[in-house]
Order: sequence, then structure tokens, then C-alpha cells
Amino acid sequence: MTLKIHQDHARFKAIVRGRIKQNLRRFIQKGEMIGKRGKDFITIPVPTIEIPRFRYGPKQQGGVGQGEGEVGTILGPAGDGAAQGDGKGKAGDAPGHHLLEVDVSLDELAEILGEELELPRIQPKGNDRIVTEKTRYVGINTTGPESLRHFRRTFRQALKRQIITGTYDPRNPVVVPYREDRRYRTWKVTTRPESNALIIYIMDVSGSMGDEQKEIVRIESFWIDTWLRHHYKGLVGRYIIHDAVAREVDRETFFHTRESGGTMISSAYKLAAEILEADHPPEQWNSYVFHFSDGDNWSADDTRLCCDILEGRILPRVNLFAYGQVESPYGSGQFIKDLRERFGQDERVALSEIADKEAIYTSIKEILGKGR
Amino acid sequence: MRRLRDRQLPPRLRDLQDEVEGYAREFGLDFFEVIFELLSYDEVNMVAAYGGYPNRYPHWRFGMEYEQLSKGYEYGLSKIYEMVINNDPTYAYLQESNSEVDQKLVMAHVYGHADFFKNNFSFAHTNRKMMDEMANHATRVRRWIDRLGLEVVENFIDRCLSLENLIDYHAPYIKRGPPRVPEGEKEPERIEGLRADREYMRYYINPPEYLEELRRQREEAERQKKRFPERPQRDVLLFLLEHAPLEPWEQEILAIIREEAYYFAPQGQTKIMNEGWASYWHSTIMTQRALKASELIDYADHHAATMAVRPGALNPYKIGLELFRDIEDRWNKGRFGKEWEECDSLVEKQRWDLQLGLGRQKIFEVRRLYNDVTFIDEFLTPEFCLEHKLFVYGYNDKHQAWEILSRDFKVIKEKLLHQLTNFGQPIIDVVDGNFENRAELLLVHRHDGIDLKLDEARLTLENLESLWRRPVNLHTRVDGKGVILRFDGKEHSERRADL
Repeated sequence: MTLKIHQDHARFKAIVRGRIKQNLRRFIQKGEMIGKRGKDFITIPVPTIEIPRFRYGPKQQGGVGQGEGEVGTILGPAGDGAAQGDGKGKAGDAPGHHLLEVDVSLDELAEILGEELELPRIQPKGNDRIVTEKTRYVGINTTGPESLRHFRRTFRQALKRQIITGTYDPRNPVVVPYREDRRYRTWKVTTRPESNALIIYIMDVSGSMGDEQKEIVRIESFWIDTWLRHHYKGLVGRYIIHDAVAREVDRETFFHTRESGGTMISSAYKLAAEILEADHPPEQWNSYVFHFSDGDNWSADDTRLCCDILEGRILPRVNLFAYGQVESPYGSGQFIKDLRERFGQDERVALSEIADKEAIYTSIKEILGKGR
Repeated sequence: MRRLRDRQLPPRLRDLQDEVEGYAREFGLDFFEVIFELLSYDEVNMVAAYGGYPNRYPHWRFGMEYEQLSKGYEYGLSKIYEMVINNDPTYAYLQESNSEVDQKLVMAHVYGHADFFKNNFSFAHTNRKMMDEMANHATRVRRWIDRLGLEVVENFIDRCLSLENLIDYHAPYIKRGPPRVPEGEKEPERIEGLRADREYMRYYINPPEYLEELRRQREEAERQKKRFPERPQRDVLLFLLEHAPLEPWEQEILAIIREEAYYFAPQGQTKIMNEGWASYWHSTIMTQRALKASELIDYADHHAATMAVRPGALNPYKIGLELFRDIEDRWNKGRFGKEWEECDSLVEKQRWDLQLGLGRQKIFEVRRLYNDVTFIDEFLTPEFCLEHKLFVYGYNDKHQAWEILSRDFKVIKEKLLHQLTNFGQPIIDVVDGNFENRAELLLVHRHDGIDLKLDEARLTLENLESLWRRPVNLHTRVDGKGVILRFDGKEHSERRADL
């Protein structure tokens, strides 16, 4: 059943995706609804387009509400009217509750980014590379084995010829193909490098990572992931998220989780090291580790611990360790300096700072462009 | 698209309707014939996105509404139980999946709305055949789309919507100023020149060149004197319709947008009352007549969900319902008038009951003669604010957060009235259509303590300019200082100015 509104709906979506009416793009606002799926709270993105109008500025305005609370009771943080607190603040060290985001169409995101980014190909190292061949039927030819004869195309060709030569009689529509009419399917062999490649993604999802930071990380790691997957089919991905504690999650959760807790990077490195040691011996696997954080680690001790784990347990086993640091509104971000000090010369380590969304593009190039 | 099929209610619901309608009449509700239609959730979302009408012109914003409604529904966050249209006959839509007790509740609620639409003064001027009118609008807009292309027409609609709120919400109810004198009726004064006692001297005292010069001067003065518009005009859309150099199709579409804005205005102006009144009646009809014992829990659950409040937002259903109940109670007990006002003994006030029994009568009167502004102004009492825990919230720069500012009655009432006056939108008039004698447009924002959102104001000026086709100016105040924002088609500028 189609409703008339579906046209308007499709049009609205096209505007939001930026396909039409670019002039409205600047009015798009990211709204969200908070819902529940099973036990999890989920956020449902609902973009809206606000047509500009003469209206009151928000801050002097306020309004009338109803409910408990003394004068001075805080209703919600900056942002919209009575939004819930979403864990903005400095790094703490307690794990928080989890919010899943749904309804983002990953395919579409990939499509958009894919058009805009041109990346060099990573050449996977190692001896275990297997090249697979695949045949696909992609075209039509005038010669070929009879078993591949394309009957419809053959008869169509015969019909065309008969019409051209005037031998076709609509009252007696008999079409007889000649030898020259015959058409055959042809195939093409495509080769794909396949390798035993492992990628471990680590993302800091602690409370000190604001929404924007998380979004940057999500976009960047998502894009790296999609892009690598596109080129290397045999690729295995492992996903770790951490705040004060680290846990391994599946791909979907990785890209959709929001948390709000403290930051202990070492927890994630420990977990990554364990994964490498247990399942992926370096003689059989090309391993890559990507880590994203705002660099606002819980303590200097923990940072030292991180470096030790990195040096002793991770680096010997990987081809590349990449660390992307998202600029945090709180300006700490010490972690990248610490890493640079210790591993700045190590060519197995790629470090990149991501100032804002605009910088994602260059950052991806910095990380992948090393051609490892 | 196929028409929404004939959705005669199934017999069971038909019976329910007769039953509920009977109760409504018994209580004295007065309405046009109500036609219920049964829609699927998808259709309900569509009709709701279209503002209640099954047939509107194509525009992306309806799609946006639809997306929000359907996502809310799919994730179980919100559900539209019913919709009523101010029309004669009154159309109401029921959601197919409602349970029986819901349908009953909804019907009772609908009869409340239907009564309100018919009797409240705010709706007296509205077109009661709006169902047809909306469809006509849709056809007309579509015809232009076929000729000019969707993009062109839609872009123009976007611009009009940006100005949609610049209408005179009170125009249907009052006459502003003396009627305009049509141009032709003013006798042009004769130009006599200097006094000439002797007829034969006249030609020499007032030669034709001189008279011509005089006439020219007078015309110049007239033109200078004539204000345009003669007095500040709130209905900016009308001003644009009459004076902006619009193409015929643009004029037609702007007129449509304006007409629809006026049509929907009273619903915004009576939101609290309308929902309150309908809730009062669904609650009364259900609890006193229609409800079966087995349905009690479901009813209570849904009623409570409708009445739910969350801090920082006012639920019009809740506030309206409670105010009507409060009024009924006060007029039943005689808690009004001079004696009541002047009584300062709390004890006595608490026991006050003159057993007048005027409550019902009073609320029927209130539903006829008030809108939200006057309703709150007259019937919001300190006791009510206290009992219902009303507060004023605002943004605290120091804490970077929204917080409760006050629970003082006066502050609450003032804020609430301010929120409701002119829909809580800034009041803006066209003051000059020939500003600085350069055919520029000057709008003036009547600043009442709250600054405009400047970035949006500038964008709106851009839209205004595209209709006026000459530079446009907006006078407002920013941080206490008078400012004129100007957009000339290419650039924005800003200068200090006090009018």
C-alpha cells in the first residue's frame, strides 16, 4: 500500500541526505528520540529541518513547567530545553550506563564517504597472502561455447534482423535464428587478494568523550573498517570499547554504543594483547590495531602501563598500531604526547590528531597512507 | 493515491458511537454531526502529518512530520489515538488498533473537541468547509507544480513558510483603526495660486508655469506625508500580497499559505482550553457513564498517560483539565467574587462552600467566551499553582543549565501569558514600505524583554527580501540597544538606530 505522503517523505529524506535542495542543508538539525529496546535504552535519530523564522532567542526565554523541585533545581544541561544529562564532563573512573543508537543507515554513509575519499591501497604484508580468482558473467559475445548460448539475446537479434530485412510477418510471428544471430555469455576473471589480516579497533567511549568526539571516532573508524573490508575479504575484525573497563563487542555494538564512564586505556590494551596472544600468532596473521580516544587518560600511571603493554605485548605482534586522538573540549589530551615521546620514531606506530570533523579526511590518510 | 476508502465504522463501533454520542448530548454538549473514520496506523500518521487533512499540497515538511510520527510509533514511543478536524460535519479519525475501551475514550474526547469547535468564539470565523478548501489548495498548488516544476514552487513555499507566523492573529476578531478611505473618493484640492482681485490681473499674478510649480510642490508634499502603510501593519503577509511585486502564481501560493495559517491559528490559541475541555468530557463521560468495571484499569492507565507531566514542559491536557475542574469546583462552592477575594482567613477559605452549584453552567460559559490567554489570565489562581506545582524555569548562565527560577504566582502567570500571547512569538509589524524613500521594507520588532534569535532573523530577512525584491530592514533591540538589521539581496549589514 502506498500513501501519498511517501512522496513527501522520500523528498524529505533526499534533502536530509543532501541530494537535493542544498540550500536547506544548513537548516538540518539532528534531533533524537530516546526509546527502549529490550533492556537497552536506544536513541533514534530524527533529523529535522527548521525553516528560519523570527523567533525568540532561547536563553532569556525559559518557560513554565510542572513538577517537584526547589528553586535552583537543575532541569537539564545546556542544549535543548529539558534534555537529559548525557554525561558531559571530565574523565571519571566509574563505568556508566549504555545507550545504543539505531537506525543509522550504514550503507548510505559508506556510499557518501566513498565518493568523497580517495585512499591509497594498503598492501598487506606477509607470506600468507592468497590470491583468489573469481569468474563472473559480465557480458555478451558473438562467439562462445553452445552451453553458454543466451537464448533471449539470440532470438532478439534474430528478430531485429528479420525486421530490418523485412522478412518478419506479424501475422505469422516465426523467428528463426541463423548462426550469426547467436549470442553467448562471456565471463571475466577477477582476482582478489586475500590475507589473514586482523584488525583490532579500540574506541574510548568514556564520559569525557563528548557527542561530537564520539561521532568523529565513529565516522573515522567506521570508514576505515568499511574501506578495508571492501578491499580485503579475508579480514577479521575485533572490536573493543572501553571506558574504565574494556570489553570486546560485536561490530554493530561498536559503532552504536554510547557510554558514560571514566577512562582507563590500559584496560583496553590489556584486552587487545590478550586477543593477539590467544588467537592471532604473528607468524600467521597480519595484525593492525587502531585506537581512538580523546587522550584524557585517568592517570599517568595508567599511561605508563599502556606504553609498557604496547611495547612488550602488542607492537611485536602487529604490522601497525595507529592511534587517533580526537580533540577534546577539555583540552587535556596528554596521551598522544606520551606516545609520541616513546614511539615517535617507531615506524610501526602511526599517530594522528583529529581536531574536528573536517580533519577526519586527512587523519584517515595519515593513518592508512603509511602504506603498511 | 487512492482515496481513503469509505471507512464506515464496523457495527460494533457504530453502536459505541451511538452510545457515547447519547451521553454527550445528555450532558448538554452541542456539536455538528461527527463522522468517525477508521484508519490504519500508517494512515493516521499521514493524516496527522498533513495537519489533519487527507489531502494537502506536496511539501517535504509533511514528510518530515511523518517521519517523526512513524518513528515514534515504530519504537513504541508515541501513538496517535485520534484526530479531529474543525469542519462541518466534524471529521474524526480513529486508529484501527485501539482497543475497545480506547475507542470509547477517544470518542468521548472527540465529542468534547467537536463541541468546542462549534461553540468557542475563536472558531466562529473559520471556514467550516475546510476539508474541501484544503483539497482545492492542493489542486491549485499541484497545477503550478505541473507548469513550473516542483523545485521552483517548493522553494517559494519554503520562503513563505519562513514568514508564515507574520500574520495578525487577532484580526478576525477586531477592527484595527478607522476604515481606509479609497483613493478615488478624496476631492483633489483646487490649486488657486495667489489671490487676484481683478480678473484681468489673474494671468499675470498666477502664470500657468507658477500654478504648475505649485501643483507639483503640493503633490510632492502629499507623497511625503502619505505613510505606507498608513499605520503599522501586523499582517505582513497581507502587506506583501498587496504590495510586493509577485508573479501571479506566487501571489496565489502566498495567499493559500496565509489562509491556512489563519485557519490553524485558533487551534493554537485555544490549545489548553480545547484539550482541557475534551479531557474533561472524556473523563466525565467515561467515569460517570460509559465505563464498564472490566475496563477500569485500561482506562485509568491511558488517562494517566495522557495527563503525564514531565518537568520543564507543560501538558496542555493536564493543565486545561485541572483548570476546568477547578473552575467548576469554585463556582459550585461560590469561591469567587468580592467576598471570597477579600476573605483573608485561611481557615474560613478552606471551609468555604455556598452550595451554589453553578459549576457546570460556568464552564460551559467559559468554553464559549475565552481563549487560552484570557482563560489563564482570569482563572489561574495562586492556590492552583501551588497545588499543581507550577514553576518558571530559565537558563542560568553561571551553571550552564536550565533550572527552576521561581514558584511565585505572579511570575508564573506572567511567563505563561507571555508564552501564549501571539503564540509566544515576537510581535513584528510592517512600518514602512518605502523606508528612507528607497522602496525598502522596514519591519519593527516590538521588543518585550527578549531578544530575537539573530542568526535566524537574518535568514528570515533573506526570505523576505526575495519576496519584496528590494532591500529589507528589521528594527529590533539587541542587549538593550536599538539595531537595524538590513539585507540587500547580497549582504547583511547592521547599524545602531533608535526609532
